[in-house]
Amino acid sequence: MIRTFPQSRGYSLGFKIYICLFYLFLFAPLVVTCVLAFNDSSFPSLPWKGFSLDWFFADGPARVGIFHDSSNLTSIWVSTKTAFFVSLLSLAVGSMGAFLFEQEDFPGKQGLYFLALSPLVIPGVILGISILLAANAFGLLLEENLGIDVPILRPSFWLVVLGQFSFISTFVLLVVSARLKKFDHSLEEAALNLGATRFEVIRYVTIPFLRPALIGAGAVAFLMSFENFNTTLFLVGSDTTLPINLYLQVRDGSSPIINAISFLLIVSTSLLALINLLFSRRGEEA
Amino acid sequence: MPPVLDIDQIVKKFGNFTAVDNVSFQVEDGKFFSILGPSGCGKTTLLRIISGFLEPSSGSLRIRGEDMAGIAPNRRPVNLVFQNLALFPMMNVAENIAFGLKRQRCPAREIESRTDAMLERVGLTGYGPKDIAQLSGGQKQRVAIARALVVNPSILLLDEPLGALDLKLREQMKIELKKLQREVGTTFIYITHDQSEALVMSDTVAVMNDGCFEQIDTPRNLYESPASSFVAGFVGEANIFSAFVESQDPELIVRTSTGLVMRATAMQQMEGRECSLFIRPESIILMPDDNLEDLNRFELVVEAILFDGSNTKILAMQGDSEITVALPQNQQFAHIAVGDHINAGVHVDGCKCYSGEMS
Amino acid sequence: MKSKVSSGLFIFLTPVLLWLLLLIVIPHIELLLMSLQGESDLGEPIWTLSNYTAFFTESIYWYTFVRTAVYALLVTVLTFAVTFPVAFYITKVVPVRLSGFLTILLLVPFWVSELVRVYGWMILLRESGVINHFLLQLGLINQPVEMLYNDISMIMGLVYTSMLFMVVPLISSLEGMDDSMIEAAHDLGASKFVIFFKIVIPYAAPGITSGSIVVFMLALGNYLTPNLMGGKNSLWFTEQIYNEFIASFNWNQGAAFGFLLLLLSSCIIWIGLKLGRQQLGKALS
Repeated sequence: MIRTFPQSRGYSLGFKIYICLFYLFLFAPLVVTCVLAFNDSSFPSLPWKGFSLDWFFADGPARVGIFHDSSNLTSIWVSTKTAFFVSLLSLAVGSMGAFLFEQEDFPGKQGLYFLALSPLVIPGVILGISILLAANAFGLLLEENLGIDVPILRPSFWLVVLGQFSFISTFVLLVVSARLKKFDHSLEEAALNLGATRFEVIRYVTIPFLRPALIGAGAVAFLMSFENFNTTLFLVGSDTTLPINLYLQVRDGSSPIINAISFLLIVSTSLLALINLLFSRRGEEA
Repeated sequence: MPPVLDIDQIVKKFGNFTAVDNVSFQVEDGKFFSILGPSGCGKTTLLRIISGFLEPSSGSLRIRGEDMAGIAPNRRPVNLVFQNLALFPMMNVAENIAFGLKRQRCPAREIESRTDAMLERVGLTGYGPKDIAQLSGGQKQRVAIARALVVNPSILLLDEPLGALDLKLREQMKIELKKLQREVGTTFIYITHDQSEALVMSDTVAVMNDGCFEQIDTPRNLYESPASSFVAGFVGEANIFSAFVESQDPELIVRTSTGLVMRATAMQQMEGRECSLFIRPESIILMPDDNLEDLNRFELVVEAILFDGSNTKILAMQGDSEITVALPQNQQFAHIAVGDHINAGVHVDGCKCYSGEMS
Repeated sequence: MKSKVSSGLFIFLTPVLLWLLLLIVIPHIELLLMSLQGESDLGEPIWTLSNYTAFFTESIYWYTFVRTAVYALLVTVLTFAVTFPVAFYITKVVPVRLSGFLTILLLVPFWVSELVRVYGWMILLRESGVINHFLLQLGLINQPVEMLYNDISMIMGLVYTSMLFMVVPLISSLEGMDDSMIEAAHDLGASKFVIFFKIVIPYAAPGITSGSIVVFMLALGNYLTPNLMGGKNSLWFTEQIYNEFIASFNWNQGAAFGFLLLLLSSCIIWIGLKLGRQQLGKALS
């Protein structure tokens, strides 16, 4: 039944087959997507017509590769910018939240903590429309009373950043809190005892201890933002992010260029995932 | 009547590594049998073989005369008290104890009465509805033992169950366990690396090293006439010297590497000149009577007094040799101070010599 | 040290309060207010419950609503059934040196955008897709079969997307379980069946609860997978919300739908926590 028991043959064989099928199920769509990015065909489907890099490098007119497709390239750039600002913001606010809930004590802490976790159980779509409605109402208020037009409050780049930040901060908070829980407070006390101020303690003792968690949380925040769809859908303006742009293309038909983008995404996110994993491993050991 | 446990030439290999190397022994019904050895000596492997979680590579294992080959742990009349106890946290005390009985499809009324009786036996009457998390270390211990005993196994296996307890509690549990075993009459096989646990509780102790049994004997014999240098060093305290044989006829005389020359008793056939000499701290006599015979006599210089109540010792030098001496419990030597020169002696029987280099 | 706490508290508290107030609390109050507003016959804004009465009178709305809830529950149960053996295998059965590798392998696909994963399934399942190609080649079918755009493909897609959020809490709760617990039960005569239901499942209950809550919530609020993998009649409630907001531009109606969905997910999560006797904070962290 478990590894320390003498195993019955049928049981372990059945289990192995199930696990293989599961991993096949897990990887089939990704592998197929990647492979078809290199098929010399105008449709992302079999039969195999030979190896081609057209969907990466071709420069029209019959085929346009991803590196010459300005619409997709622009959306990648928009997504990168969004992810950058979102991870910066949520890293800052999320870690402050972690400090707040792990190290401080104040009335209503339990309630506020509950509120800080709530974005995890609010469907992304709802978060998107709520923020859209609130921004819109606020914009109207400003325009009617003060006559100021604030473009940020209409669906736009910055509204997307705010919308994603609103729930990604919670993930950062959880990751940093988990690490902070393992923090030995006698280290802080030792530093205070040696004459450091509270902020020097944070700067020289706590932050270095948290570094693996901060890097990990930053990577997760970046990826979550880069790939977010549900919340972004309602807040996006003329600067479409990559997931939205891909969605529009997938909905209206498919082209191997989507496979090419997917291939790049799969490779880069897997690399990022592995790097992040190595970092967090090292953090665990430290 | 066959012994309750009969182990014959059991070998267990993991790849190239031999964890249990040709071990044979018998345990009589109703005995408290301990297997004592340092960590990694193969005692846990042996225990897992008896309980059925591991199959031996070769050899046979009989319980009450019945061959256990190929019989799963849940079909053996053997129950195990785990090192970390493995109490089920999602059940209360009574449910934990009743778990095995329920698996035997006992009627509910019988389960209840046997659980209650068991709780009373381990001194936890009325603890049935408590959660595991509410218990102290010693109470958890008793629940774990009760859970395994309640199904009336032929043999109860205990895997260092006292390891996690603090010293005071451990001393107390030793006595309790011994009493409990005598009351219920079940055969206990107890695994430990703590010699005092083994010596205090057991009828018989097997000392295990590197997968082999070095000696199977009563606690007293183990202490007084260890069969090998490993047993002499592992069981009880001793001053240990590496030494050379000076002469063997008419009696054994050895010289330690620090220059001490002693008449000694050979505990085994001496092969070659290298040997090791063991002297227990309490076999050294301070200011011995001049009439005593067969005594090695020497002068000690007191280096330090290691006060520990009834277990007080002095650390002394004889030339370059450092020797620990136990102080008798009367106040006879209360006046000894650091730097004192003092006559001492040790009987030839107290100088035990084993062939070969020290391990 | 106590005297310095207040300044630290202030510095940490301000941004957190701003975040939660401006981006979580106020928007959801606005959502509620918006859902209670409508236009009079003259086109003026008024307070009304008409958005909610519309939900109950138009059968297509509440039909979609109930359907979404039931399917999300089904997805949660299926996800548990599919991933539990995997979590058990990785933590308890496979040799230790392999289990780390298998865990990493398990996590990698979930770092990839949901859109890419759904797209992968689309090119596998559709009429001109890879599976059809192989089935035709093998002669198992004569005509390509449309395997996409139905409820089964949609549910499979949702299970696929949600698996990570079930398997990770399961693995971490099973990892905390000492093998000797299972050995002890076995030693006391328990069968595999008993060990599974009396020991393993109760032990993993916290992981099962938190995994189920997250999976349910994600399935309920998913838009992408039902939209791309479900058929024309695979109406998902988020699609209704999208239609009201983007297509009909009826924000009041959309807000009412959004609020109902929020209410539903909160209710089911609350029930889940009660059943699993857990607290939200513990379940999520």
